[in-house]
Amino acid sequence: MTALTKADLAERLFEELGLNKREAKEMVEMFFEEIRHSLESNIPVKLSGFGNFDLRDKSERPGRNPKTGEEIPITARRVVTFRPGQKLKQRVEAYAGTKQ
Amino acid sequence: MALTKSELIERIAARQTQLSPRDVELAVKTMIEEMANALADGGRIEIRGFGSFSLHFRAPRVGRNPKTGASVELHGKYVPHFKPGKELRERVNLALEEAAEAASSEPSVRTGS
Repeated sequence: MTALTKADLAERLFEELGLNKREAKEMVEMFFEEIRHSLESNIPVKLSGFGNFDLRDKSERPGRNPKTGEEIPITARRVVTFRPGQKLKQRVEAYAGTKQ
Repeated sequence: MALTKSELIERIAARQTQLSPRDVELAVKTMIEEMANALADGGRIEIRGFGSFSLHFRAPRVGRNPKTGASVELHGKYVPHFKPGKELRERVNLALEEAAEAASSEPSVRTGS
């Protein structure tokens, strides 16, 4: 199965809601841009029925260049984590059930 | 504080003039539903500049009922996993770096405005 992409989402908006192709494409871009913008402003995003995008601040920790073995610190950073909602988790688990 | 689906809809609606708020609401709900469907069907999602979603398998294991201590066999299952894309990683991290820089270079007393 191929992955769902922005083009697929736009196609869906075109087919299902009758947005024209340009509107559909812009809508998909705006959707992800608003989420990125919120996360870059350090504000988590909660999408009911799907999941939450949270932010975690990681402090600096020792790391290693896997090729040379040289020790280099991994700098402090902020990362995005995704916590799937209960509904999505249950739906995905159900897929595992049908596959067995 | 968090951005919710309804606030996200309001923001998108405020940014454009061609579609009614109702259309924006339907569009956002359709996109989220479509993404959830893809994962529920065992598929992946790949959004350039944002990230990818896939399923990770959790092997069957023996768990314990925390109340009784009795062991319970838990079957294997799939869980959704998100890997942030390059643009999202960089923008989120850049905001942190800028905040740290501002904090270290700024004197504690603010002037003006």
